Order: sequence, then C-alpha cells, then structure tokens
Amino acid sequence: MKIDAKDMACEQLNAAIKASADRKIEVTDVVGQRYIATACSDKEIEIHGTPGNAMGAYLDGATIALYGNAQEATGDTMNGGEIDVFGSAGDATGYAMRGGKIFIRGDVGYRCGIHMKAYRDNKPAIVIGGRAGSFLGEYQAGGTIVVLGDEIGDKPVVGYFCGTGMHGGEMYLRCDRIPVTLPPQVKAEQIDAIPSDVKALVERWCKLFDKDVKTYTGAKFFKLTPDSENPYKRMYTSN
Amino acid sequence: MQTYIYPEYEVVRDRAKCVNCRICERECANGVHRFDEKLKVMVEDSAKCVNCHRCVCMCPVHALKIVKSDDTYKLNANWDNRTINEIFKQADSGGVLLSSMGNPNTYPIFWDNLLINASQVTNPPIDPLREPMETQMWLGSRVVSIRRDAEGKLVDTLKPQLKLSVPIMFSAMSYGSISYNAHESLARAASELGIYYNTGEGGLHKDFYKYGANTIVQVASGRFGVFREYLDTAAAIEIKMGQGAKPGIGGHLPGAKITADVAETRMIPEGADAISPAPHHDIYSIEDLRQLVMSLKEATDYKKPVFVKIAAVHNIAAIASGIARSGADVIAIDGFRGGTGAAPTRIRDNVGIPVEVALAQVDQRLREEGIRDNVSIVAGGSIRSSGDLLKAIALGADACYIGTAALLAMGCHLCRSCHSGKCNWGIATQRPDLVKRLDPDEGARRLVNLVTAWKHELEEMMGGMGINSVEALRGNRLMLRGIGLTDRELNILGVKSAGESM
Repeated sequence: MKIDAKDMACEQLNAAIKASADRKIEVTDVVGQRYIATACSDKEIEIHGTPGNAMGAYLDGATIALYGNAQEATGDTMNGGEIDVFGSAGDATGYAMRGGKIFIRGDVGYRCGIHMKAYRDNKPAIVIGGRAGSFLGEYQAGGTIVVLGDEIGDKPVVGYFCGTGMHGGEMYLRCDRIPVTLPPQVKAEQIDAIPSDVKALVERWCKLFDKDVKTYTGAKFFKLTPDSENPYKRMYTSN
Repeated sequence: MQTYIYPEYEVVRDRAKCVNCRICERECANGVHRFDEKLKVMVEDSAKCVNCHRCVCMCPVHALKIVKSDDTYKLNANWDNRTINEIFKQADSGGVLLSSMGNPNTYPIFWDNLLINASQVTNPPIDPLREPMETQMWLGSRVVSIRRDAEGKLVDTLKPQLKLSVPIMFSAMSYGSISYNAHESLARAASELGIYYNTGEGGLHKDFYKYGANTIVQVASGRFGVFREYLDTAAAIEIKMGQGAKPGIGGHLPGAKITADVAETRMIPEGADAISPAPHHDIYSIEDLRQLVMSLKEATDYKKPVFVKIAAVHNIAAIASGIARSGADVIAIDGFRGGTGAAPTRIRDNVGIPVEVALAQVDQRLREEGIRDNVSIVAGGSIRSSGDLLKAIALGADACYIGTAALLAMGCHLCRSCHSGKCNWGIATQRPDLVKRLDPDEGARRLVNLVTAWKHELEEMMGGMGINSVEALRGNRLMLRGIGLTDRELNILGVKSAGESM
C-alpha cells in the first residue's frame, strides 16, 4: 500500500497506517508527522521524507526503513523490530529500548540509548554510522551500542559524559584514542577484534548502507563496560 | 570510638503472662525474641526492634507491649535525640540517611485546620439512608467540541473517561517495593469496589492482567515493564514525573531485591540494579511531556486517559497549568507527606509542600485560566480519613489517591522500615516466608471494608451539608472554613475563616 502523507495531520497518517491491511506500506512526502508506527508489530514500513518525533516509539516487531533524517526520540521504549535510518537521527534515539535494532547511517544527537536494557532474549542494539552527541548510553543497563565514526573527520566519535551511570550492557567505539571525560564507573579497553554478535551488527550496517565490510569489522575498537570494581551506587545508612 | 545508640523503643514482656510459646520468636524477622535455654524464659533484644507491633498482635496471651524508651541525652530544644543520633549514624558510616514512608515531622497539617459545613433550618440536611447519594465520579478531560454528523445528530467528542464508584484510588506502589500478595489484595479490592489501583513503576505481573479494567499502569523514567501489552491491558496510563516523598529524586532498587519474579515483571535481568533516573531524559519541557503523552495515546489508539503525576513543589500551579495544556487528561498531585518504600531522609523531611495548599492553588490557577475542564485533578500525599477526602474534594480534587491508608488496612503498622525488606506484615518484602503472611483474601476484604466505610462517612457528611453528589461538592470551598490559620494561609487555601458567613 502507498500513502501520500502530503498535507496529512499526524493522527490521520497514523490511522491510515494502522488501518492498512497490507503488510508492506510505503509512505511518501512525510513532513514532520509524529508518532509514526507507534507500538506497531506486524508491518514493513518504508518512509520517504522527514518524520517528526517519536517515530517507532514502543515498536513491537515491525520494521521501518526511513529514507531521510529522523527527528527526536526515534524508537523510544522500543521492544522489538528494526529501524533503519538512511540519514542522521536526533536526540534521545532509542531511549530505554529493550529489544530490536536501530541502524543509523549518519550521526545521532544527544542522549542516544539512555537507559537501554536487555531482557531475556531481547538484546537491543543501536549502530551509529557517524558520531554520537554527548550523554551517549547514560544509565545503560543492557544491550549493545556501536559507534563507527564513519566520515567524521577530526571530530571525536562521542561527546561528553558517555556512559555516565552505566550499569550493564556494552558499547563499542571505532576510534584510535579513548574518549576524554569517561566517568569512573566505565571501563574502556582496546580490542583487536570485535565479538561475532557485534560483527554481525556491523555487517548488517555495511550491507544496509553499502559500505565496505572489512574497513569496519577489521578496525580497532574500544569496548566500554561498567566497571564492577567501581559500582555506581551511593552508600546509604538506615535511619 | 564506641558509639551506642540506645533503642528508641523497648520491648516489654509481662513474664507473669508469657507462656514461652515462642510465637513472637517465629514472627519476628528482625530476630528480637529468643528463648533462653538456660533460664527457660523468652528474652528480647530491643536494639533490633523496629516497632512494627507484629509480636504484640500475635502474642496469644497479650504479654507484649512496645514502649517509647525514656533513655535520653541531656534535653536540648535545638539538638533533640533524633538529630543527635542521625549525626552519630553518619559519622559512623559516611552514608546518606535512608528512610521509609511519609514525612513524620511536626509540620502543619492543613486538613486539621479546616472545618466542614452543615445545613440547618433553611437548607435541610439529607439523610443518606433514605435518599439517593451519588458518590460516582468520572476522571478525564471534559472539553468537548460540538459536532454534528450528516444527519444532524451530535457526534460524541468526549475524550475517554474513567468511572469511579467512589472518588478514591489506591496510589502507585510498585511490585518490588511491595509484595505479590499486597498487589493482589489491591487489585482484587479495586475490582470489587469499582475503583482503580496503580502498578507503580515496576511493571505489571502477568497474573494480574485479568484485573486490567481496574488497573492504572505507570510509565516512569526507567520505563520498567513498559511495552504494548502492558499499555493495552490498563484502564489508564500514568506518567510519573515525581513523587511527594522525594521530589526531584529517582529510585534505585538494588539488585539484591530483584528476585526472579520481580525481574520478569520489570523486564530486566535477575539481580541487576533497577535505576530510575531522577528526570525523564527525554522530557525537559512541557512540549516534551506532550510528546510522551501523545505517543502513549497513539500507542493505545486514544482509548485511555493519560495521567501525569507530579510532586507538590513550590511552583506547582504554573507546572500544572502546563500539564493541563499537554494533552494529559488527569493531573495527580502528590503532597510532601506522601509515603515511599525508601527515600533519603533529608529529601523526605524537607522537600516539597503539603498537598492541601498545592491542590488549592492548582485548582484556582486552572479555573482562572479557563482550563480547569481540560483535566481532572487527583490529590494524594496523606489522605488519612474520609474527612481529609471530603476536604480535598471541596478544595477542588476530583478524586484522591490513598497509599499509606491502604497499607494500614492490609496490616502495616507504620514502623517505617520498608527499605530493610523485612516487613513482618508481608507487605514491603519479597521474602517468601514473610509474603505468605498477607492473605490476599483478607487483604482485599479489609481494603474493601475501609473504602466502603469511607464511602458511608462521605455520604453522611455530604448529606449533612445538604449536598447529594460528589460532583456538587467538587471545588465547593464555601463548604469549608479555616480555623487557626493566618489570613495569608486562608487566602492560599481560598477559604473563609471559621465564623465568617457566606
């Protein structure tokens, strides 16, 4: 099914997507409509244009391919499915996501992957092609965040306060130098080869965005994990 | 250096009555009681006692009582015993003081300075035993637009509403902070009463999905257990922005308390810490809040009211004005005496304002701005009786949340030790041997009793005022008079002084 979103209000557009009996939906001329495919479980949606905030919030198994840039809060509290962004994504991408995967060709804004968590077989993943803004993976409790640093020139691969409050999961940063201002609760080690599940994520990213696999999977990465020697907790006294 | 803090409360046993049955020993998870094999008598260690009164209630011969210790430091009106002991504890440990349940300090309680009106002669009272009394209340936005279909018939544009048989709901308490049996008691009582209970931010146990029609599910900064089915199952969704007992503070449920069942409900690994950050990191403005409200509505096809819960803080009226424009249907205000399973003592005891003044100010501000009908208002944070409930409604609340009162109905004795996880009453604990002490049949029955009794009292007080429906009482501040309050306080509460006529 094809939907021309021109002049459609977001409620109208989302109702049309929900009402569609077809599994495959192509939406064109999207200009800022919010909440597209919220909690969607059973569709393959192709979007052309620039959707508004909270695209794929609570996504529950559907796939979204976005040919354009995403705005804020893409994949908020996502539970399953896949979001592929053929551009860059804004702030709070993948907030508190618990399952599914987000692949971004370009950069993400601030606060990406905050409070990402894993649950049983649900291992959420975000692969960022370019660089991430500050506060990447704050409070991360599970899942995997990969930043590939593609076409970023001299700029650092992540911004400030990466992983503050991290207490689970892992981050892989493709870079030569350890990011400055890593908080004490985060441990960083340089690794020569990424593990197979992360390799599969990078390969998927390369395939989606037509990049040379070896350039990315063969590179050196820094692996960030919570430092169990230095846990993130305050000491309390019963009163 | 040796510091010894003498127990605040002492266990007193009447040895003439004690029959050494050792029930107290079995009932106490804190290990206060013990049988001395040599002396053949029960002995007690008051230092371990939290004063939960479990042993006092269970002693078959009533041989036990707990008394306030008369041990004291040299009396000092500035440095009282509690303050000195807190200094000792912190000097010993370097720790942040952690407390449970609501603010116990002697701040003014405005409910106790408000008096209710009654009819005499000209406007006769109504006898609720022989005349119908309407305690039903609907929560949701009342804003409608007049639209007609092609045939000229009115189109229903009313947003989704929650129907309450009594304007009382059980406030948010998460599975993890309270037990499975406590949750089941609340869920069953809410179903039977035609009201609602609130999951708190710990997700909804799969066994309780069947009570969905009477369940409000919470979405907090950690988003624990939030997914499509959770949202679909509920009658309403509450976004938790703050809590009266700890405004501006998040939560940290340590891994040790994340048992297999709690982990499954929160949808996190067993034994992993559950951290709720203080802010929602995607909400920095009313516009951002609107985004979460609308995404939740979109996810549930605009079929469910969305609540926004905030702590009562100094600028509450302006904040509420923003929330009323955010697309939310209900604002829940939690006053600074509201309960908690754990909060830093200094926050609990010093941050926020009483719900009475917050509620009065929010209601007034929304009316002045002409947006009062955009939202319903739910007040919580220590509603202790049907008297408080009635006064809250007269100050402008559509309904009240009760938390501490509900816990008391289930057996809590307010020992304020929830954070220890060793609740002898089977409420604030995950220890299976303790949880089973709370029978959900009994818990639900006592909750139903409490709310039913309050309903009768509410009817009686309304009848006395010559009012026969809660709707007519709502925001009816002429039914209240202040006593012992300053002009400024009367102004803020929007009520006249006792003795002033209409």
